[in-house]
Parts: sequence; C-alpha cells; structure tokens
Amino acid sequence: MTSAETSAETSARPAAVPRPQPAVDTAPLRALRRRRALLQVACWVVTAFMVVPVYLIALAAFSSRSALNEFPLRFLPTSFSTETMSTFLSSTGVLAGLINSIMVGLLTLVVSFLIGVPAGYAIARFAFRGHDQYQLFLLFTRALPIVVLSVPLAQLFLSTGVYDTPLAVTLLHSALALPTTILLTSAVFLAVPVDAEEAARIFGCTPVGAFTRVVLPLALPGIAAASIFTFVMSWNEVLGATILTLNQRTLPAQVLSSLSDSPLAFRFAGGFFLIIPAIVFIAVMRRYLLNMWGTTIR
Amino acid sequence: MAEITIQNLVKTYPGQTERATDDVSLHVDDGEFMVLLGPSGCGKTTLLRMVAGLELPDAGSVHIGGRDVTYLPPNKRNLSMVFQSYAVFPHRRVRHNIGFGLAMAKVPKAEIEKKVAWAADLLQLGPYLDRYPAQLSGGQRQRVAVARAIVMDADVLLMDEPLSNLDALLRLGFRAELKRIVEQIGTTTLYVTHDQVEALSLGDRIAVMRTGQVAQLGRPIEVYDHPSDTFVGGFIGSPPMNFLDAMAHGGVDGGVDGGTITVGDAKLPAPGGLPDGPVRLGIRAEAISVVDAHTEGAVPAMVDVVEPLGAATLLTVRVGEQEVKVQVPPDVNVRNGQTVHLSLTPRAMRLYDAETGLGLDLR
Ligand SMILES: Nc1ncnc2c1ncn2[C@@H]1O[C@H](COP(=O)(O)OP(=O)(O)OP(=O)(O)O)[C@@H](O)[C@H]1O
Ligand SMILES: [Mg+2]
Repeated sequence: MTSAETSAETSARPAAVPRPQPAVDTAPLRALRRRRALLQVACWVVTAFMVVPVYLIALAAFSSRSALNEFPLRFLPTSFSTETMSTFLSSTGVLAGLINSIMVGLLTLVVSFLIGVPAGYAIARFAFRGHDQYQLFLLFTRALPIVVLSVPLAQLFLSTGVYDTPLAVTLLHSALALPTTILLTSAVFLAVPVDAEEAARIFGCTPVGAFTRVVLPLALPGIAAASIFTFVMSWNEVLGATILTLNQRTLPAQVLSSLSDSPLAFRFAGGFFLIIPAIVFIAVMRRYLLNMWGTTIR
Repeated sequence: MAEITIQNLVKTYPGQTERATDDVSLHVDDGEFMVLLGPSGCGKTTLLRMVAGLELPDAGSVHIGGRDVTYLPPNKRNLSMVFQSYAVFPHRRVRHNIGFGLAMAKVPKAEIEKKVAWAADLLQLGPYLDRYPAQLSGGQRQRVAVARAIVMDADVLLMDEPLSNLDALLRLGFRAELKRIVEQIGTTTLYVTHDQVEALSLGDRIAVMRTGQVAQLGRPIEVYDHPSDTFVGGFIGSPPMNFLDAMAHGGVDGGVDGGTITVGDAKLPAPGGLPDGPVRLGIRAEAISVVDAHTEGAVPAMVDVVEPLGAATLLTVRVGEQEVKVQVPPDVNVRNGQTVHLSLTPRAMRLYDAETGLGLDLR
C-alpha cells in the first residue's frame, strides 16, 4: 500500500463525530491510586529513616580524617579513603573482639536453639499441665534487668572459673534469648499443619523422622527468622558482656569501653563495623524467609 | 492383607462431654471393602484415626491381622491412609509426595518410579508430577493424597472421604476405578463417606453410624431395603425413605397375614403378630405407584410438587397432613393440585415402633 492510497483512505472517512461518552465516575479508582501513592511515600520515608544514618556512618567511616572536619559536611563521597577503617581494624582488641562476638553469637544460637526449639515444639503440640503458666513464666526472665542478672552471674562465674570467657557471655545471652526463641519457635510450629506430620507417621516415619523430614523443613523459614533475632540480640548486647568480661570482650563491649577516649573518625569506623555482621547475617538468613515451595506457611 | 477387629472402642476428646465414638465394635474381613457412612460429626473420622493409631481410645481394642495394635504407633501398623484434609506435604513435589511412603520403606528407586507413574496415570496426575502442592487445585491435591495411599502395599487402606472434592464426572469414573484397584490388590479397606451413593456402590458392607454408634451394619442392599430404624431409612436413599404415621391392628394372634394397617382412611393388609397401636410405616419412593381410584387399598393423596428428573418423575404428595415422596415413570401425567391414588407395595413396607423408631422385625 502506498502512502498516497493511505492518505486517500483517511480523507475519505467522514470527519470524526465526537460521540458523547457516558460519564464514568473514576473518583473511587483515583482515590485508591492516591492512597497507594501515599503508602509508597510512607514506605520511602521509613526506608530513608533507616538507611540515612547507616549511609552517613558509612560515609564518615570511609572519608579521610580531614574531610570529616570540613564544614559543611558533604553528602556525597568525595574523598574515599580506607585509612580510618584500617586504623580501627588494626587497633588493639578489635580483631579479638570481633572473633569473640561472632563466637558468642553463634554459640548462643546453638545453645538457645538446642533448648528452645524442642521447648517451642512441646508448647505448640502438647497439652500438658501448666502449659499456659509456663509460657507466661518464660517472659519473666526478660522482666529482670540485665544488670540484676549479670552481677550474681559474675560472682558465680568468678568462683567457677568461667569468668572472662566467651562461654560466660554465651550463657548469659542464651538465657536472655531463650524466652523469645521458645515463644517464636512455638508460634512457628503451630503454623505447621499437624496433619502433614500425622501423614508422615502413617507412611512409616518415627516421631523423630516425622519431625526432621516434615516439620523442620516446613518450619525452616520461621526458625531462620528466630535465629536472626537471637544472633542480632547477642551481637548488640553490651551491658552484660561488659560486666562478665575484662579482657575477652565482645566487639561492642570493646568499642564501647574505648569509645570515650577515641577520635571522632574512630567512632564512626567502629559504628559502621558493628552494623556489618548483623546485616550480613540477615542477608544470609533472608533466603529462608522467602517462600520456598511456592508458598509460605500461612 | 489382614482383617480388622474393632472391639468396644470408646473415645471422648479431652474437654468434651459427649463421646465421639461410643462402644463401637466392628469386624472387617480380610480383603473386604467396608464403608463407614453417617452424617457429619457422627465419629467416622475419629474411628478411622483410632484404627490408624493417630488417636488413642479411652477403652476398647483394635486388632489388625490378629495382632493387638491398640497402643502401637502408626508407623508400626503397616497401613496407609487418605486424610480428609489431604495432608499432602507442602515442601515436596507431587512425585515425592506420592513416593514418600515407599521411600520410607526403602523400596528401590526404580520401583518407586514405576509405581508413582502407575498411580499418576490412574489419577490423571501425569502433568503435575513436578509441581508443588501449592500449585495444584483442591481436587488435584486430593488425588495426590489418594495416589500416595494406593501405591503402598499396606495391610489396611484407610480412606477418609477421598472423593469429596472431585467433580461429578471424575468422581464417577474414579469410583469405579477405585473399586477395581482395591479388588485387584485385595487390601482390606475402611472407607469413610457421607455420600450414600458412594457407600452403596463401593461397599461390600456398610456400617451406618449415628452419634458415635453403629446404627446398622450390613450389605448395601440389606441396608437399603431393610433399614434397621427410621434414622437409617431416612439417611440412606435419594429421596430418603418415607415414613407415615399409621395404626396397626394385630388381628389373629400369631396369624400369618391376619393384621391390618390403617393409613389415613385406607386399610392395608399387614403381617400378623403386630401389637395394636400406632406404628411408623416406612416405604421407599419407588415402591409407591399411582393407580386409579378403584384399586383396593389405594390411598388418596394431593399432588404438591412435580419434579421431572429425566429417568423418572418425583412427586411430592400430601396424605392427610403427611408429606410423601413418590417416584413414578416419566410418562405418568399428573399436575399440581391434582388428587391421585397411591398403591403401596406390601413387600416393600417396613414397620417401625412409633416411639423408638426401631424396626419391628416381622420379616
Ligand atoms: N480434636 C477434637 N477435639 C474435640 N472434639 C473433637 C475433635 N475432633 C472431633 N471432635 C468431635 O467428635 C465428634 C466426631 O467427630 P468426627 O471428626 O469423628 O466426625 P465425622 O463423622 O468424621 O464428621 P465429618 O463427616 O464432618 O467429617 C464431633 O462431635 C466433633 O465435634
Ligand atoms: Mg470426618
């Protein structure tokens, strides 16, 4: 078809008569869109609220010392330097503290889950005398201030020779983490359908087999979430860790004790470094939080 | 292959006052297909779960193949089950769901694959083998549950309403298929349903349950023709059995055919030996026919509703104050409001105690 033909055809058509359109009330749809947009904005605000401080700390941690003292501060990385960071990392106690912290975090995870997961399962699945009271009682441990717990513990650990070891901190953190571990995992197990477990029993599994083959895989996302919670709690806990150790400090305890007499740059580096492991751990565990079999449990 | 003997099973759930099963005894022969039939909440699932070992009875015993399994865990009973709630494993693909029991029994991989393919073919699950249950429809999930159960060479197959979520066509096809498979592998089967057509068509015997008790146990045709009480008669059959208030006159003592029954104004012959007084007369819709007014013993009735069903026409008529369902051939021509005369086939009449509803056994 040539262009001449096309134009001829177009001109042959009668002039478009504007047909009256029935009025459509799009107000509800527009209102909905507006609300969605507002929600988006709210999400961005919350995200910014979380991210901006992290960004500022990261910026400061990777700026040269002179840039840090400039006024006004820049919002974009202009003078990238690893100088502050490496000073921080090579300063005494930081590496040891890091190792201690990771060790305590993982050990706490192991101890509190070895005790907490079976307890959570029992609360979710069995009706026993004192079931509700037990649940309430669990929360009481958290009602005690950490200081109140730590001082007698320090006394006890001193006399048993556990004082000033990662084990001491692990024990305290496990005690602190257990209530939440138990209550979180019991909620997770409650969401695992009982009948799937029963089907496993019918088709030849022992109780333990049914647990490991069916219940545990189904509970994994929730357990991952609980583990994030526990690890981050242990990572961030300073007070008890400070009371129970002298030389074998965890990283936050180490940083805290040397913070007051450090230069500003050092503080930023320490702050930034404290954030990283928690973020890495969350990123790793996030995989298990997402739906794995085309569905998350409930 | 094994027989199931259930003796005096009593179960009350914790915190409940009513018994879920109340002294149930039942014997299922080796290779028999036993159907548990009853209204919702009558204790069918509870009974099945006690046979499976998922629920412990308060009293009584369960024997499978002569072995006392009452307190044995489910995995030691060598049985297989279709759950009412399907209970497929959400974290396993359909293929591994079906093969789960075989894998647990350490069956060689090649054989598992063969059996899974066989079951998938039978239940039309072929295209879905590599999906997760969450990606299936309810009916497909149910078929996975059935497939998972039938691939096992178990002594006992327990099925809790395995066809409830299939469409009518699939259900019809699969019902016949299921009957064939079970006959073929000869597994002793305990099958729960509240669909009486399914019960009548599948069962070697039917146990009709009511509020935790077995109301009647017998072959389908027996249960259909001779309901032991008004509950069973009213539950089985579509439409259910009609019950009419009537008066019995015993006639000559011990006489064979001396008695009469009065329904409304009509006098009908009845077996002798009846106590004088009120009775309930039970009769199926297809045992009533429409006749002309002069027939001996015809009962007059008013037509209320006419429902053509294709193969037959269902009439709802009124005898005095009582409603009666009548099934007539499709060519019978009646209209609403018309008065018709009904003839009750004497052989098909069942008499029940007016108060207890129990059958007056005069057969
Ligand atoms: N876990 C439970 N706790 C308390 N009561 C229960 C429990 N399970 C069942 N019941 C009660 O026991 C009775 C029997 O229940 P069951 O599940 O055996 O009925 P069913 O015959 O299978 O009914 P349906 O046809 O609806 O499946 C019901 O009254 C029910 O409310
Ligand atoms: Mg049921």
